[in-house]
Amino acid sequence: MTTTLWITAIIVAITLGITIWAARQTRTTVQFYAAGRKIKGWQNGLAIAGDYMSAASFLGIAGLIAFNGYDGFMYSVGWLVAYLTVLLLIAEPIRNTGKYTMADVLSYRMSAGPVRSAAAISTLAVSGFYMIAQMVGAGVVLHLLVPGFSFQLAVVIVGVLMIGYVVLGGMIATTWVQIVKATLLMAGAVLLSIMVLSHFGFNPLRFFDAIAKVVDKKSGLNFTQPGILYPHGKHVFLGPLTLDKSTIENVSLGMALIFGTAGLPHILMRFYTVPTARAARHSVGWAMGLIGAFYVMTTFLGFGAAVLVGKAKIGNSNLAAPKLAEFLGGGHNTFGGDLLLGFISAVAFATILAVVAGLTLAASSAFAHDFWMNVIRGGKESEREQVTVARIAAVGVGVIAVFIAINLPTANAAQLVAAAFAVASSGNLPVILFTLFWRRFNTVGAVCGLIGGTAVSILLIIIGPGLNTVPAAHPAFALSNPGIVSIPLGFIFAIVGTYIGEALGGDRRAVAMYPEIEVRSQTGVGAEPSSVIEERIPAVV
Amino acid sequence: METRNRGQGSPVPTAPAGTETATARASKWEALASSPEFRRLITAKRNFIIPATIFFLVYYFALPLGNGLAPKLMNTKVIGNINLAYLFALSEFVMAWILAAIYIRRANRVFDPLAAAVRRLAARMGVGA
Repeated sequence: MTTTLWITAIIVAITLGITIWAARQTRTTVQFYAAGRKIKGWQNGLAIAGDYMSAASFLGIAGLIAFNGYDGFMYSVGWLVAYLTVLLLIAEPIRNTGKYTMADVLSYRMSAGPVRSAAAISTLAVSGFYMIAQMVGAGVVLHLLVPGFSFQLAVVIVGVLMIGYVVLGGMIATTWVQIVKATLLMAGAVLLSIMVLSHFGFNPLRFFDAIAKVVDKKSGLNFTQPGILYPHGKHVFLGPLTLDKSTIENVSLGMALIFGTAGLPHILMRFYTVPTARAARHSVGWAMGLIGAFYVMTTFLGFGAAVLVGKAKIGNSNLAAPKLAEFLGGGHNTFGGDLLLGFISAVAFATILAVVAGLTLAASSAFAHDFWMNVIRGGKESEREQVTVARIAAVGVGVIAVFIAINLPTANAAQLVAAAFAVASSGNLPVILFTLFWRRFNTVGAVCGLIGGTAVSILLIIIGPGLNTVPAAHPAFALSNPGIVSIPLGFIFAIVGTYIGEALGGDRRAVAMYPEIEVRSQTGVGAEPSSVIEERIPAVV
Repeated sequence: METRNRGQGSPVPTAPAGTETATARASKWEALASSPEFRRLITAKRNFIIPATIFFLVYYFALPLGNGLAPKLMNTKVIGNINLAYLFALSEFVMAWILAAIYIRRANRVFDPLAAAVRRLAARMGVGA
């Protein structure tokens, strides 16, 4: 496996070079958290794509399609359509009203102490689940590809690198690592797709004829048909209703993706790196083009692996894409096979590094900016001290994540990511939407929504089929995707909390500040400026 | 200096609602929020964003619901072995791209100039930065 190691080493060397370059321009808080708001729209689009297409999508979805056919492709669809929520409702208001974190937007109207503390908890929960999923994925894959590396060693290597990127280079390094990774990932996916199609004379019909010949033994369905991953015929009881479990799982998964993406702190944070709301909008456009193109190509990666390699030879579903690359290069122990396997494995490794760097930054800013600076120190900290605290927090977050991941070698990466989406959609999104669009919303409502939504989604996952690779036989909660229950509950917690807050005497500031946040979020009046460039459209023309 | 009110930022913004400064400040923003310039922007945005959001949610959830509730229909082969379920899934990508392109175009051409008018008004009123 020396090829894999060499290519990986080259990519890591490039990213470390970027980090050293970025470290020289990372002194102030706006540089550390938001890259000085100097990132261009298309660059941020690439970085969003790099931040979003995680190990779960590259390795996970390819594997889900290779093993379950069509149902795996449903993940690809939801992962892209989710960006319409981000584009239409969230991206521009967030850029116009926030500074560094999600809680900045909320504390515009709400009492800073309780809301920032609650938001820090939900941010740490989302980023924690997501990060551990990536690290477990990295550990498993690196261990299987390079048997000399133990699972633990692989996790520690990922941890050390991600701490290095964030502590030294902050958002500038993280952004450029994500841009490099997105470019590599797209190149890899295009290359593999073309090679898969060449096996079928570049005729999609012949490709689909081959897919239709792959049959799932259990259900008797072929791989072009829905119903393999979540089989039809099982029922689930929700209160008085008896529903088809397959349908509910798919709808529930869709809800978590569609409403969760717009609540992921590491994605929201990316909108603070561009100079204007217009640039934020354009960056979502670029990201949707790239992410969509990538997920369409999962058709060729996933089905290609199912047809050309086959479930038996893939073994571990996370290895579908690397094994496909090996086959396309010429097979096991051939020069071409080793080279392509090495390239794709290195891309997968770079993918994981870029995503964990973004997550570490989001988690450490939630701690340093929201909790430490604004709650503990009451906002009276110097720039220099805040950057130092953020760097220490990044080390702390990284070390804790490494320790948890080392102890979870059997956790299912896709399930952990689903947990992150469930918390983001049930805890964060209702509160962000109500803060921006509901006049009566208040501090009690925000805290109830954040804490209640986070708690209920974590609880449903714990009592559900479980986070391990072997699901529990008779879970107390039948669904592995809790979104269909936890998202409405998240909204209800926020609404009920608001009425309780009103009954307790009301929150005059939250109501009085509504016109201000309404105007600011929709127009950009008084938005945080870019540290160097002037706003493209000046306030006075 | 009245732009920074993050609850706990610089000394000025921490003034809680109820004190004179906060009330004066809130009424300025309220005047801006009810100005015809701002209402024009909000109406234009609402008329686009609400129907667009409803449309994409219905279009998206029609796919898992269709697959679950009408599997026979979704398994209909359309071209060769390519079935309706796959074509519908592929159309979701096209739908997302087209809707995003329409929104970005509309925002650049219609919403941005309307928002700029509100920012000019805010500058004349001395609100914001």
